Amino acid sequence: MKNKIIKIGAMAASAVMLATSIPAVATAAESNYSYIYDYWGDVQEMPDAYNVCDVFTSSDLGLDTMLKNPDGMYVRDNMIYICDTGNNRIVILERTGKDSIELVKTVDKIKGSSINTLSGPTDIAVSEEGNIFIADKGNSRILKLDSEFNYILEFGKPDDQALTADQAFLPNKIVIDTAERVYCIATGINRGLIKYEADATFSGFIGATKVVYNFGEYLKKKFASQEQLARMESFVPTEYDNIYMDNEGFIYTVTDATTEEDLKAEKGDAVRKLNLLGNDILVRNGEWPIYGDLYMGAGGGYSGPSQFADITVLDNDIFICLDKNRGRLFGYDDQGNMVYIFGGNGNMDGYFRMPSAIDHMGNDLIVLDSLDNSLTLFIPTEFGQLVYTAMEQFDIGEYEASGQAWEEVMKLDGNYTLAYIGIGRSLLRQKQYGEAMDYFDLKYDADNYSKAFQQYRKKWVEKNIAIIVIVILAVFLIPLGIGKINQIKREIDKEEFFNK
Amino acid sequence: MFEALKKKETYSKYFKSLKFSLYVLSHPLDGFWDLTHEKRGSYAAANTILFLTVLARLLKLRYTSFVIQEPVYWEDINIFVYIASIVFPLALWVVGNWGLTTLFDGKGRLGQVYIATCYGLTPYPLFQIPLMIASNFVTIEEGQLFATLSVISLVYAGILIVLAMGQIHEFSLGKNILFTIATLFAMLVMIFILMVFFSMISQGVAYFISIGKELMFRM
Repeated sequence: MKNKIIKIGAMAASAVMLATSIPAVATAAESNYSYIYDYWGDVQEMPDAYNVCDVFTSSDLGLDTMLKNPDGMYVRDNMIYICDTGNNRIVILERTGKDSIELVKTVDKIKGSSINTLSGPTDIAVSEEGNIFIADKGNSRILKLDSEFNYILEFGKPDDQALTADQAFLPNKIVIDTAERVYCIATGINRGLIKYEADATFSGFIGATKVVYNFGEYLKKKFASQEQLARMESFVPTEYDNIYMDNEGFIYTVTDATTEEDLKAEKGDAVRKLNLLGNDILVRNGEWPIYGDLYMGAGGGYSGPSQFADITVLDNDIFICLDKNRGRLFGYDDQGNMVYIFGGNGNMDGYFRMPSAIDHMGNDLIVLDSLDNSLTLFIPTEFGQLVYTAMEQFDIGEYEASGQAWEEVMKLDGNYTLAYIGIGRSLLRQKQYGEAMDYFDLKYDADNYSKAFQQYRKKWVEKNIAIIVIVILAVFLIPLGIGKINQIKREIDKEEFFNK
Repeated sequence: MFEALKKKETYSKYFKSLKFSLYVLSHPLDGFWDLTHEKRGSYAAANTILFLTVLARLLKLRYTSFVIQEPVYWEDINIFVYIASIVFPLALWVVGNWGLTTLFDGKGRLGQVYIATCYGLTPYPLFQIPLMIASNFVTIEEGQLFATLSVISLVYAGILIVLAMGQIHEFSLGKNILFTIATLFAMLVMIFILMVFFSMISQGVAYFISIGKELMFRM
């Protein structure tokens, strides 16, 4: 009897413990899902900008063979093209509803080519005309196919002196522009992007990163022996890891080859935005450099800087980088301000094991996980949508509407830096300088504060010009007048006439 | 002592000696000579200038506009470190300078070195406090001037202190510069000795603490 009571008591106690511990764990995980760095570089939790709509595994999609290490993904309109690298095939999906993605077909044969199979395709792109471009890495070619997978032409190894004859050509990632020119990142080629004309002629390398080395390293090289030289790292430009072309034709590149030291010294860029000449034109006006997590120390089994595997650019110029190291997504706006960070490594929905590609469909994000072999579909929350609305309204010149949207954002997250600066900028455009200054002051935005203050000061001077003139005159004239009076007094004193 | 505070001439003397710091600014050689030889300076005025210097350093943190100066992360601020950042080097300088010059025919006494050095600090509060106030009325482009003026105030103070030492010790220019450099070395040596001293003391204390702990465990 006594034993039974103890047993029941113990069970009840453990049940209570379970009941209390589970929600605690769950809330902890949730609250850390989205965060942002504030002015001081402190991590601030924030409301989720995106929610997981659904996670689609191979069986959800109705695939008979599971996806195997899928590496590349491309989205055009409602269609999702996935390079199923491990199975040497292309999987075409269609998004039929808000939360449904259905299989259209899988393709592993192409028509009209001597080599009619794919070998480890790593990336795919589809032009507006419907032509399909595939980086067929194992076959050292980039294929151009029509929408029915009929062979049109192929882009081979570039005919350039920089490449030795025995060097394999391994096209890894491709983008195409509106004229169907192809830009390619090839493994082992570090001279930038390979650019082909639409007729498959090689037209040069663009956008190689600057080689950085310091004088000390240079001296060391000068005096090192052959064996030492072989052991040292050579000064070569970093290779890009992925590319994306936005709707204006600018190419965004990411690389994970930069070291923590280079990133912190601003010698290496994790993200670049290339124009047609291959120059980096990414705007870096944000409080923090664009390299993902600021803290690179070891934690939770991961260390080092964020390693961007892919990048996508929304139509409102927000770009989202996918970190394969810690499984996070980093959103930045067109000025380089951090917008949101979310995600993580794990097995739950919204967490990744080895994310390899990201693309967007409208404002919805699709992330491909190459280890989990799944697609995760994110849709913006109310908060995320408000942030986007506010930014888009500002871009089209609807400053008042933008300010109102930022006010809504602030109601949901009173800590959100961009909301304060957004309201401030909106007020600045509405010529309410004093109020704008207050908002910029709160978030230490010195540039915008200066702009607002300059106008405020001008207005103040114009309004009070009469008083200012009087004060200045008074400052100069009163001593002058006193001097004059004293002088007259002295003269009077000296005058014989009055002293009689 | 309190009797003196009731007398009127105590105050007039204090304000006169404080006002003399402004004369020193424009006539450093003449001024510093009179400071000790004609007894124009006073401890009270020197203490006031030092206090104002420390005050300016602290007020700057809060009241300089964020347009000019990086905002301060208050959680990381230790106010005593900021006070010590002026008082500690000053103490080292005074002691080091007096210690060295006394051995090489320096005429100045320890108190005189202190007074003269404090008078030499005058440009710092005199420049920094108006700059701090003005910083709230400028834009980021106009702020470039502030860094320059701020540096000028420091260099000005530095020159004044060096000249002051030459005058109160009755050194020639060459000897004065030599002893300025020597004093800086003396400061380094003192810092080194202080650090050695502190680490030895702390190790010594730690030794006895561990013995005490050991005894407590055994008993």
